Formats: sequence, structure tokens, C-alpha cells
Amino acid sequence: MIEFRSVTKRFDDGTVAVDNLNLSVDAGTITVFVGPSGCGKTTSLRMVNRMVEPTEGAVLVDGADVRASDPALLRRRIGYVIQQAGLFPHRTVLDNVATVPLLSGWTRRRARDRAGELLELVGLPTELGKRYPAQLSGGQQQRVGVARALAADPPVLLMDEPFSAVDPVVREGLQDELLRLQAELDKTIVFVTHDIDEAVKVGEKVAVFRQGGHLAQYAEPDELLARPADDFVSEFVGRDRGYRRLSFLDASGIELRDVPTAREGALPEPRPEEWVLVLNAEDRPRGWLPPGSTVDTGSETAEVQPGGSLYTKGTPMRGALDAALSSPSGLGVVVDEDGRYAGVVTAEEVLEAIQQRRAEPEHGEPEQGGFG
Amino acid sequence: MLQEILSWLTDPAHWSGPDGIPHRLLEHLGYTVVAALAAIAIGVPLGLFVGHTGRGGLALVGLTNGMRALPTLGLVTFLFLVLGSTQTSTLIALVVLAVPPVLAGTYAGVQDTPRGVVDAAQGMGMTGWQRLWRVEVPNATPLLLGGIRNAVLQLVATTTVAAFVGLGGLGRYVLDGLRVYAYPKVAAGALLVAALAVVLDLLLAGLQRVIVPRGLRLAAVTRRRGGVAREPERVGTDVVAGAVAREGANG
Repeated sequence: MIEFRSVTKRFDDGTVAVDNLNLSVDAGTITVFVGPSGCGKTTSLRMVNRMVEPTEGAVLVDGADVRASDPALLRRRIGYVIQQAGLFPHRTVLDNVATVPLLSGWTRRRARDRAGELLELVGLPTELGKRYPAQLSGGQQQRVGVARALAADPPVLLMDEPFSAVDPVVREGLQDELLRLQAELDKTIVFVTHDIDEAVKVGEKVAVFRQGGHLAQYAEPDELLARPADDFVSEFVGRDRGYRRLSFLDASGIELRDVPTAREGALPEPRPEEWVLVLNAEDRPRGWLPPGSTVDTGSETAEVQPGGSLYTKGTPMRGALDAALSSPSGLGVVVDEDGRYAGVVTAEEVLEAIQQRRAEPEHGEPEQGGFG
Repeated sequence: MLQEILSWLTDPAHWSGPDGIPHRLLEHLGYTVVAALAAIAIGVPLGLFVGHTGRGGLALVGLTNGMRALPTLGLVTFLFLVLGSTQTSTLIALVVLAVPPVLAGTYAGVQDTPRGVVDAAQGMGMTGWQRLWRVEVPNATPLLLGGIRNAVLQLVATTTVAAFVGLGGLGRYVLDGLRVYAYPKVAAGALLVAALAVVLDLLLAGLQRVIVPRGLRLAAVTRRRGGVAREPERVGTDVVAGAVAREGANG
């Protein structure tokens, strides 16, 4: 557990980065610090491993004031991941990951073995260990950064905007990977971001900071979106918060429908007067055949329109709505866990299911402060 | 003229004795090496200290610029008047000339270590010394060695002044030649100085290739191309074409 007790940080030039912060981070959870730039979220994070010293108050890790430990020794027990990874360019990937074990006096051999295991854990092929950071993509560098932070198996992990320098698709993959890792490792993670979407996705609890280093609200993501504490929070979580909240609503109530399907390479002749979903040999959706399309448009691939996003059964409601809205036919394609076609839904059906869920008592409390 | 220079250089009489080319070359090399080593002994630790702590950077820039502005010949004369020893005053003047590039290269090299890398080193739990030796020094090597190469080039050129205060080195040919209007000798001396500079620089370039860590050379190449390596092909794209990108954009 990490505790901030009346922590204030005033810099030499008089700016107050963090103002009387009281907050406790539960062990074994991911807690996100989110807020606009200059809100003190990164400064707060850096006070945990003494990269910044508080002016007043105390930071405690597992009940012990961090100031009681030598900074270098303290930091070896706390994993640290930063933006753009900060990998050592002159060392191989494997030696980068082995950094903390080597500092802690492990033998080179044991440290490298451990580093190899960690590369596997974060989903990188072990052959990458021989490469240098400059030979990796941004996403791979971030994975190495996470592996390096986990190398000595620290109970606490600090992540300072770890994924903000990679493109959105890769970022999403990294977020999913982090959640998968956390399910396995059960670390106490403090995660800093300025992106509220990332915060509600990754965080089990979210602390929203406002300029001047004030804690505006500290709550679970669903609670944060449903009941923002004040105007600042409701504005910060944004206009889409109603839509975002769908990420926390499971879509078990949705009834699937069937739609005509056809095999890739064996489209029906003549072309039917309705939308046909094209599947490949493994039943995976490939695209949509528009109604009444003509055969002489050239190749079959030119005729088939790319589909929208796919909704995997059992995941939150948001994906189902997005699948329906992004599909050219207006029918959201639903797949099972293996990516095989399972059925379709319309946006109306998803909305109906949402209404039903809101009518149920545990989801149906009236919303407060819902003006954002 | 070229013919004359060539015949001067190939004259066997010029390849032996205390005024022969091998002896003068060794003298020249001796001053250069001693001055370079002294400059490294002074410039590298000082540059590492300032680069690592960030203290005194401004004073350092002023000092090195001031030292660069000193005319070497004037300094040699002044030191000779004070110390009375030509050898010592020449060496001191050469060291004063060579320290600024070494110091500046070392300082710039340490400062050039990416901020995130230094932050990570600290955050991983490296002590100040560990960060210096394991991260900052390796990252400083390209610019540090560049500074040393610079210093050596300047030293080879400037060691000719040793002749002006009655010492040896290749400057002798230039000075003695000028005195008796023996221009082929002057030119041959200048050519030898230039050749020595080129050879030493090539040697140091080779050393640089050996010493600069491979990862840093790769990083320099990547930076020149602009940006990081490409994202690998994503596997398992069992999604209707185009859906990945769209999902990512609104996720």
C-alpha cells in the first residue's frame, strides 16, 4: 500500500506542484493519476521513489516512510517505467532488462536468464534480447521498459505516461497487455496519464488532479463517469462520458440475430438484394457484400466492402455499439472468442439493452451532475 | 617545385641524424602525445564532473572560449619569460591549447545523454557513480572521442611552434628553410606535418569505431533516418479489414 499523508511540494521558484495531498493506493491494484499538465500528477508519482522530495508531509510505502530508505536501495524495490521507455541505448535489450538485478548483485548469468523470462512475459520473442533499443519499434521499446521495471519482481510499479508516445493502435495493445500482466502479477501500480480514456480503461481507481496540485476526485472509473464530484471533473472526463461508461456495462442482455452469409471466393449468383456477410474458410468475417451489386465491377475483392469493428461476445457494451455504428450495413458483427462469426446486432438493439440495464436497480441510480 | 619537394623528401641524407626526418617526426609526435595525454587527464575528469552534476557549465564555457582565444606563440613566450624553461613552457602552452576541445567534447557528450535515459538510470536505483560510469560515460564516448581527435589535430599543427623557441619537431624544417629561403624544405616540412595529422586522425577514427558502443552507432543511424524502427506487422488480424485502425482511433 502507498500512502500520501498531507503531502505538499513547493518548488524553489514558489510554484506549488502538489497541495496537501491525502490519498492511499490499495495494494494489488492499478491506480491512475490523471489530470491536465501542471496538475502535479507526475510530481506526486515521483515522490514515491524519491525522485522528488516532498516539502511537507510524508509518503509511505507499506507503512514505512520512504525517507527512511537510501534512495538507490528504495528505487531498486520499486519498478519505474517512463515515457519513451528511456532504455539505455548502448546496452542490448537483454542487458537493459537485467539492469536492476545486476545492480542488486545478482550474477550476470542469473540476471540474463531472468531477463529472458521477462521478455517472454511481456510478449517479446527472446531473440530480441540480442538487439539494441534503436532496432526496436516504439511499442517494442515500451514493452522492454515494462520488462526492465519488473525484472527484480518489485511489489510496486510506477508508470509515468508509459504509453503516450506510441500510436493509438499500439497503445491499446499495450494497455490490454498491462491488464493481462496485472491479472497475473498482482502488483501495486501507480499509473500517470493525461488521457482520461486511458485512465478509465486501465485504472481500478482513478485520482483526478486539477491545476495547482489539488486532488479533485478519487473514485472507481464507473463512479467517476456517473457522478463527477464537481464541474472541473465533469468537464475533464468530457462530453463522451456517457458513451465511455458503456465500457463498464456488460452486454449479456443483447440478443443476436442471423444474417445471410457467403464464403469468400464463392459469392452467390446473382447477387442478393440484401447485405451479405462474407466469411473466410475459418468462419472469420472478411467484409460485406452490398445489396444488388453487379458482378462486372471487376474482381470479387473490389466488390466486398471492408466491415466495421468486431464485437467479441462477453465484452462490454461499448464494443457492441461501436460495431453496429461502424458497419457499412448498420449491422454490428459479433464474433466468439476465437474470432468466428456468431451473429449480428443493430444499434437500436444495443440501445434497448442499455435502457434495460439502466432500469435494473444496481445500474439505475439517477445520474447527478450530468451536464457535461 | 613539386619535383624539388619530392627530391628533398627522398634524399637519403634527410633520413638520418638528429635533423633527419625520423628523429624530427618522433620529436613532433612526442610533444603531441605528451600534451594530448595531459589535456585528457585534465579535460576528461573536469568535463565529466561538470556534465554529471550540471554545476559550473556556464563558467566552463567562458573558460574554454577564453583559453581558445590565447595565441599559442605569445603564451609560449610569456611562459618562457616566467619559467625560464623552453620545454616546460612549450608543453604547458600546448596543453592549454588542447584542453578546451577535450573538455568541451566530454561535457557535451555527457549532456547529450537523453534526459529520459538519465531519469531511468536514477529511477532504477543507480547511485551517482553507477550512473556516471554505466550510462553517462558510454553515452559520451562519440563526442568525447571527437573532442580528443580535434585536440590532436590542433596539437600536430601547433607543435611546429616548438621550433620557434629553439626546440625540435617538424617545425624545424619550416623555420630553418624560411631562414635560408629553401622553399622545398619549408614545403616538405609542412607536408610532413599534414601527413602526420592525417595518419593520427585515421588511427583515432579507427579507435573510435572500436570504443563507441554498437548500440549508440545504431541509434545515431536511426536518428538520421528520423524516428524509431517500424512497428512490426501485427499478428492475428482476424478482424474485418480496416477495423483495427478505426477501433484504435476511437478507443
